[in-house]
Amino acid sequence: MGALSLAIWAPIVSGCLVLALGQKASVQRVQQVASWLALLSMLALVPMMWQFTPGVAGMQLQEQVPWIERFAVTYHLGVDGISFWLILLTAFTTWVVVLSVGHGVSERLHQYLGAFLVLSGLMIGVFCAIDGLLFYIFFEATLIPMYLIIGVWGGPNRIYAAFKFFLYTLAGSLLMLAAVIYLYNASGGSFNLGVWANLPLSRSVQTALFFAFLAAFAVKVPMWPVHTWLPDVHVEAPTGGSAVLAAIMLKLGAYGFLRFSLPIAPDASQSWAWLMLALSLVAVVYVGLVALVQTDMKKLVAYSSVAHMGFVTLGFFVFAPLGMSGAVVQMIAHGFVSAAMFLCIGVLYDRTHSRDIASYGGVVNTMPRFAAFAVLFAMANSGLPGTAGFVGEWMVILAAVKANFWLGLGAASALVLGAAYTLWMVKRVVFGAVANPTVAKLTDLTSREAVVLTLLALAVLAMGVYPKPFTDIIDPSVAELLMHVAKGKLL
Amino acid sequence: MNWFVIYPEIFLLIMACLVALLDLWSQDPLRQRAYLTTLMTLAALALWHAIVAVNDMQGTAFGGMVVLDTMGSWLKSAASLALLVTLVYAKPYAQSRDMLRGSEMFSLSLLALLGMFVMMSGNHLLLLYMGLELLTLCSYALVALRRDDLSASEAAMKYFVLGAMASGFMLYGMSMMYGATGTLELPALAAQLSLGQADSRVLALGVVFVVAGLAFKLGAVPFHMWVPDVYEGAPTAVTLMLAAAPKLAAFALAMRLLVAGFLPLAMDWQPMLALLAVMSLLVGNLAAIAQRSLKRMLAFSTISHVGFLLLGLVAGVSVQGGAEQAVQAYSASMFYALTYVLTTLATFGVMLLLSREGFESDQLEDFAGLNQRSPWLAGAMAACMFSLAGVPPLVGFYAKFAVLQAVLGSHTPFALALVLFALAMSLVGAFYYLRLIKIMYFDAPSQTQAPNPGVGARVTLTLNVAAMLVLGLLPSGLFALCTQAMVSLLV
Repeated sequence: MGALSLAIWAPIVSGCLVLALGQKASVQRVQQVASWLALLSMLALVPMMWQFTPGVAGMQLQEQVPWIERFAVTYHLGVDGISFWLILLTAFTTWVVVLSVGHGVSERLHQYLGAFLVLSGLMIGVFCAIDGLLFYIFFEATLIPMYLIIGVWGGPNRIYAAFKFFLYTLAGSLLMLAAVIYLYNASGGSFNLGVWANLPLSRSVQTALFFAFLAAFAVKVPMWPVHTWLPDVHVEAPTGGSAVLAAIMLKLGAYGFLRFSLPIAPDASQSWAWLMLALSLVAVVYVGLVALVQTDMKKLVAYSSVAHMGFVTLGFFVFAPLGMSGAVVQMIAHGFVSAAMFLCIGVLYDRTHSRDIASYGGVVNTMPRFAAFAVLFAMANSGLPGTAGFVGEWMVILAAVKANFWLGLGAASALVLGAAYTLWMVKRVVFGAVANPTVAKLTDLTSREAVVLTLLALAVLAMGVYPKPFTDIIDPSVAELLMHVAKGKLL
Repeated sequence: MNWFVIYPEIFLLIMACLVALLDLWSQDPLRQRAYLTTLMTLAALALWHAIVAVNDMQGTAFGGMVVLDTMGSWLKSAASLALLVTLVYAKPYAQSRDMLRGSEMFSLSLLALLGMFVMMSGNHLLLLYMGLELLTLCSYALVALRRDDLSASEAAMKYFVLGAMASGFMLYGMSMMYGATGTLELPALAAQLSLGQADSRVLALGVVFVVAGLAFKLGAVPFHMWVPDVYEGAPTAVTLMLAAAPKLAAFALAMRLLVAGFLPLAMDWQPMLALLAVMSLLVGNLAAIAQRSLKRMLAFSTISHVGFLLLGLVAGVSVQGGAEQAVQAYSASMFYALTYVLTTLATFGVMLLLSREGFESDQLEDFAGLNQRSPWLAGAMAACMFSLAGVPPLVGFYAKFAVLQAVLGSHTPFALALVLFALAMSLVGAFYYLRLIKIMYFDAPSQTQAPNPGVGARVTLTLNVAAMLVLGLLPSGLFALCTQAMVSLLV
């Protein structure tokens, strides 16, 4: 079994094992088994890290096995600089989330944690797949565990949220399915992404494909104006579900742009770049403003996610090495930071069962250790230098300014807005005098919560202080992709 | 005279009579002897046909009236197996409702299977008609098996009146074909038609009637009205008998009549099938949303799946494609039919396992909170629903994918529009399948009694669901089998 297969199947098998524990196993036991299995699934990435050669642009550690001969579908995996860190991010986030589940969920915990592990394997599959249909299968399959996570363990309006999540994303990806089938027929019967990338296509076909892929990925990212499902879903999803959704699932859409839209329809991507930039700017500025007026903490972070993902798509479509690398770095940084933000909210929610900003105030007085972490992650979310949030945003803004001053100015306004809505929330929740008796009775972090937040804090700081390992691996692959896009492949 | 070709039919007839006779000496209220004899007969038949198909045995008998080919053998094997599984699920249900008296259920279902066999290997218009009549007459009797049940009698009456009309249609159409060409044998008919000397107006009218008759039997819109009523009214065990194996026979009938016989008239029947498919997809999916009874919902879902099946038949005939395209398209349809039957068996299996004396478990609300009462049954049902909705990695996805690929590859006019329409309709379909999952997983249980099905049914259901999951991961073998079957029919 290859290193990548191990990375995909270790969490899926672990998830099935946790499911097999059954209803009779005690909460502690399920928790313990799941945490260890999640850790093992993360360690299953060691062979991949060991064998990976940094500085190489193309696909590495390829595995190819014929799978569905009838359609020449192969079980074809590979990893390059773009997917490498995303795979690590997925396994790490899943481990942290599994660790973090404390007393928030006690009902059917084995199903809850099993779903997360299976989901983790499927998402790693998306990042590894370099066969078109295999990618689609992993991409769609992730909906099943997430639908159940939201619907079974979510808040009061969870059913609406679960349906909205599933149907919105399914609607987008069905168009992608049509595009995938078209490409299969047009390429003379191949699902190989490499073949598709070198298949000459006319401008009109490229445009159609570009928009079909856009439908799938824009919903997933989500880009303005199809972002409306995200706040609804985040508010209702359980803490762990929100963290995984924001940290990894959104990245599946952004990653899709890099694997499908840009290589397969490079000319259409360039001619429609203005639209993508415009939508990204709206996401950054307008959604940033929307975030400012939120009264619900989870909703605020959800809108902040949309704004940050706007940064990512902005970085893709300025077509500059710095911008695109910055966008990929931003994807990873946002993974750490958003997971941390949602877990912090979860810490408060577990104690008071309120997500309302107004019902807090002065939390620092009763939870000093928590406040320290919250402030750190808030700073990272608003892009303070020295934290992970800064690196990607800085690179994207530099590239944007180089492309067009006004574009750069618009993008840079995100730093101001991001700082405004995040810090204002922190100010209202954490600082000030103790607002009410509930806050006065709060207890500080348990050791489990402290461990979880420390892990994330270390990741955020390490990435902010020394981002070179990230960019070193990302840069060559990004450069190759940009060269391919610049060359074009018109018929 | 090549008796080998019809050995299984002769054997089946003898066994059907034997099972009916056995009852004369039976005092056993459980009819264990008749039941086991039936099961062994079916297992033997499934095995026999599988061996014949694997060895690719071909032949004809009765002067070409009966044909032995790989498509027929595989379908017969699958139909025998489907009936076997049906009876295992049905036995406890029938037992608690006094439906075993006289062992008629067993002998009638064996005779119905004989009718299906004749439909699958008939090569002569009248023989095909006889097979169809044998199947439907047994089905009427099966629906009315609970003779003191009002709704069952009503359903049987409706089924009989509408079914007789459909048979009349089909016979009338066949008589026109005979009148125009002077032959009833399909190969001779095809040869006559390709000469192009017969009166095209009579032929067109004949095709209309035959297609209308077929549409009745398949349950395609606008000839679908009997489906929901009969599904709902019939005892659930009998509903499964109608919903599973006969679909394979109807598919075989369509292949024999339209492809083996009337292929030169494809320009006439292709648009008709396309229209039937579009309407079935539309009406089936939209009407299913409004149902509160699970059996009615599944009836409308069947109608929508028939739409997909027909799309595959539509795609087989194209100007440029030739034999290869035809094989692709028809084998996609066959794959669809086989996997649909597999999924339907498991779906009704869960319903039958959940029902007990005096409780039918055929309303959607009967499934509320099933995950808390029996995670295993809920999981099986959820797998079925995701498969019917076409979500990968379940087997229903590959079926939809194969059909859509064939349609898009056929270059028929409106191919793209058909694909997009079918995709939009599967999005609608996803809604009501997800709703059942929501009821099982997200809602609170309405009753607390844990279901306690018998060992045989439980093992069978597990195997059934396992087959679905394995086919979801490794669909290649079944695709190869369908391709082989279609090659034997066409080349």
